[in-house]
Amino acid sequence: MPNLEHPAYPAADLLHLESLVPCRESQVSMLLSIFGERQQFSFPSIFIYGHTSSGKTYVMQTLLTTLQLPHVFVNCVEYFTSRLLLEEILIQLQSCSGSEQTSAVHCDSLNDFVRLFKQALAARELQDQTLYIVLDRAEQLREMEANILPAFLRLQELTDRNVTVVLLSEIVWELFRPNIGCFEPFTMYFPDYSIGHLQKILSQNHPPDYSADFYSAYINILLGVFYMVCRDLKELRHLAALNFAKYCEPVVRGEANERDTRKLWKNIEPHLKKAMQTVYLREISSSQWERLQHDGGEPGQLKGLSAHTHVELPYYSKFLLIAAYLASYNPVRTDKRFFLKHHGKIRKTNFLKKHEKTSNHLLGPKPFPLDRLLAILYSIVDNRVAPTANIFSQITSLVTLQLLSIVGQNDQLDGPRYKCTVSLDFIRAIAR
Amino acid sequence: QQIQEDLNKQLLDNLVSFLSRSHSDFQEKTTKWTCRMKFREIPTAAVVLGVNVTDHDLTFRGLSDVLQDNITPYVALLEAKDCPAIKNLMQKLMGQLMNCDIEVDSLEDEDCVQVPQNRIRCSMLSLISWYESVTKKTDSGTPSKKRNSSSRHWQSPPVVVIFKDMESFTTKVLQDFIVISSQHIHELPLVLIFGIATSPMIIHRLLPHSVSSLLCIELFQSLSCKEHLSTIIDKLLLTSLFPFKLGEKVLQVLINIFLYHDFSVQNFIKGFQLCIVEHFYSQPLSVLCCHLVDLKKRVYSLSHAQCENIRRLPSFRRYVEKQESGKQIELLTNDSFLKKETERLLEDLYVYHENYVSILRCLHVFTSSLPKYPLGKQIRELHCACLENQVWETEEYESSLQLARMLNKTDLVSMLQQCVEILTSSSGKEFDKTVEKLKEFLTQFQNLEAEASQERDVSVSSQKELQKKTDLYHLQKTLLELKESRRSKKLTKFEMLRFEVVDYIDRLVRKYLVPADNRTLHEIVYFNAATVLRGHLNAAPRTALHTALNNPHRYLKNQALKCDGGGISNKAPDICIVYKLHLECGRLINLVDWLEAFSTVVMAGEEPNADAASSDQVDDIIHARFIRAVSELELLGFIKPSKQKTDHVARLTWGGC
Repeated sequence: MPNLEHPAYPAADLLHLESLVPCRESQVSMLLSIFGERQQFSFPSIFIYGHTSSGKTYVMQTLLTTLQLPHVFVNCVEYFTSRLLLEEILIQLQSCSGSEQTSAVHCDSLNDFVRLFKQALAARELQDQTLYIVLDRAEQLREMEANILPAFLRLQELTDRNVTVVLLSEIVWELFRPNIGCFEPFTMYFPDYSIGHLQKILSQNHPPDYSADFYSAYINILLGVFYMVCRDLKELRHLAALNFAKYCEPVVRGEANERDTRKLWKNIEPHLKKAMQTVYLREISSSQWERLQHDGGEPGQLKGLSAHTHVELPYYSKFLLIAAYLASYNPVRTDKRFFLKHHGKIRKTNFLKKHEKTSNHLLGPKPFPLDRLLAILYSIVDNRVAPTANIFSQITSLVTLQLLSIVGQNDQLDGPRYKCTVSLDFIRAIAR
Repeated sequence: QQIQEDLNKQLLDNLVSFLSRSHSDFQEKTTKWTCRMKFREIPTAAVVLGVNVTDHDLTFRGLSDVLQDNITPYVALLEAKDCPAIKNLMQKLMGQLMNCDIEVDSLEDEDCVQVPQNRIRCSMLSLISWYESVTKKTDSGTPSKKRNSSSRHWQSPPVVVIFKDMESFTTKVLQDFIVISSQHIHELPLVLIFGIATSPMIIHRLLPHSVSSLLCIELFQSLSCKEHLSTIIDKLLLTSLFPFKLGEKVLQVLINIFLYHDFSVQNFIKGFQLCIVEHFYSQPLSVLCCHLVDLKKRVYSLSHAQCENIRRLPSFRRYVEKQESGKQIELLTNDSFLKKETERLLEDLYVYHENYVSILRCLHVFTSSLPKYPLGKQIRELHCACLENQVWETEEYESSLQLARMLNKTDLVSMLQQCVEILTSSSGKEFDKTVEKLKEFLTQFQNLEAEASQERDVSVSSQKELQKKTDLYHLQKTLLELKESRRSKKLTKFEMLRFEVVDYIDRLVRKYLVPADNRTLHEIVYFNAATVLRGHLNAAPRTALHTALNNPHRYLKNQALKCDGGGISNKAPDICIVYKLHLECGRLINLVDWLEAFSTVVMAGEEPNADAASSDQVDDIIHARFIRAVSELELLGFIKPSKQKTDHVARLTWGGC
């Protein structure tokens, strides 16, 4: 295990840091060596990527706070326009500097930003310490103005100050690179946690009432069930907290002691499997799940989200939807054969039909014009239907319900084209 | 009119009470969640509302009012059309929250800080700081004033954000909003409410797992709109409180629109209001359609012309013809006598309604539990059937009586008890006897029970005999014998009694459920113009346009335009001529041919001596007229310029319309 060593920082801090970031020692030491000493100019921009919950944000945050490096931490999803983002950085800078009166900052362009940034730095008197600007969820930067990302990458050069920009993202750098070219940041990869790592991290925060061994045994079981479907650390932690009470039940009742893992395993295993089907998919909420555990009732009485698939529709809406489905999945040339009373040659096309059916469902819905929909509607409804405004408004309301979707609405006159977006099962349920 | 206003108010009251009932359990749960916020989950309620989108507006308004009264002052309603991007969403949210806060404050203390709206930085951070300042202010504020508000609201009231139409929000906006708010859930107690029209599966479709795992969703199902409708009908039509009634056909039209088209209670109520307006507008005697208290005054203030109107009513004429001759003359000539008679008749009608409703409910109790529902499951179907014609003459009624004669005892007794309850709760005096009679039946049934227990002993012993014989053949034989004996045996006392009960109900029905058409003066309170209503509610734009263009006489009311059959007259407006000519063409129309046809039609009426030299001149005018008509057609969406062929336009309507 590589121990963290760096001449610039006191050893106690480093030890503390090491205990806080388990399984990420190599990355941290790498970062530290890039950062160098406080006054040293570091790499202008660093790009860190890795899968969901591989500890990028957490590592960055703990690293910067424990070593008390001056930094600004911004989430790009939250500040969704470039103006908000820049202003937020400036506000954080000002509030760090201790001056209470944080005047309202107005920063409309990067030019302003650079100017104000220099002012703010001057006010803070950092003695040339490197300032770190961490941009979490940096993939959002691509959707802002084109100059934002390149400018952040070479902010050191632009402001002529000791500053390092750290970008955190879930996607690789190649997807970022703007086509006009830009300064290449130093890229760094955070690999996924392995099962051993997960075990170690999860066991770390065991509840105070129980021993660490007991909890790690529980985590072991939990991982055994869930590791196949879920490697998300946050999600696993959530599940662990939810189901721990159930696991402890025999111990509380005195039926088993903490060592009796086999018995405990038998008790918890079906329960966890049930949890995998319901809570993990968010079919029922965690509070409902807790209540359920408390009551010890059957989960059958609580129907999940997907249980309520039945949709009540008005009479003609049903027919409209069925007509739309038929129009989407049947080719136009078969219309005459299916919906006209006197069509003739069935034998010849019988073979063709079977062949088409499979392929059509694999191809997905095709768009169809409004008139075809109405024509099919008239032929499948028994009695006469007047083309009233009610029918037309129903079509649009089906569109807002996202049961149909409109395709290519560039021309108002061009007779709108629709697509049916519901599945065969849904149609079957309606057609009953 | 005043009655109508009353009615509207009553309607709204009904709705609000209905909504508050359906959401009361929901609020309790909301308050519960606010205490337990762990794991960075945002408590979320998914309210499934059904597809009647037009009603949702009212529901949500009611919901937010209730929430504001009971739980939290901070409620924001968001609609998808206001929020195409996350920026707009945040702006809207902040605006609503801060506005409602200012309102609350200004009620309590005047000198609140008015924040200029346009300068607010729209981000979560400013929202949080605002929230902190507000809650702090409430805490530190003068306790005497705030006591009542803080007892109503919580210490740190949650901020409720309602998404009215979940389906129409774009995925990205929702995702971003949820991600952002989940990061600040500790500082800002946020509760989301999703209004879902179709099925809860939409949540999974809209949100990826990484986002939906941030939510703690609980599901609530609101009442289906059909049930909503039945309560409305129950409260509006099947009471004697409102003098106004709907005729059978009108009701059928309204219900059909509801069931076939939109499922919208709102529209149903609007249709109902339209009926009221139409009725009071078209029927001169509708003055008399009022509560019983005002009736006397209004009858005596009738003018002579109005009396003549009464005499002209068909139902009144039928009534007159039945009277003896002296009274006939009196009725037809003497106004004051007529007035007295009218008043009596109207009072009769009122009493009839009262009786009608209660007996209808009784009958419904019987028929609704029968297998296969020969008379309909809902009371509205029964109501329609009764209004249509004499219900006891229909086949369905016969079959339902047949079935009622086969009911078992427990059902029958419980039904009778329900009937007694209904009848005693109704105000009609005539029912005292009926109630007594029904109670008598009940006691008889109880007596029967005592006797039956003795009989049962006998049957038990016979069954024991059966059990002894294990031989299959013997078993069958004895069973057959038993059956034979049962058939030959005279009807048991219970069966006799059952027949009696059913017959009695039958008699009640015959007496009270006479269709309203047979009553005198029913025209005053019943609205029966179904065709008018259908014309108003079932708009048919295509057909209307077609008739307007094909047959301009219908709308312009110009005698000269009255055309005969398929011919195209040259007096019609240009656009009509062009339209008719375009009907004869195929998918693509050649403009030159069209113009030629147009000019021949127009010229046909002109003097034939228009020679070639002057035709050039005329052509210009005709050309201009033609172009104008064609562009009008294009505006109406019948044709559009095509790119496939020059000098051609494409037809957009299909077939022959």
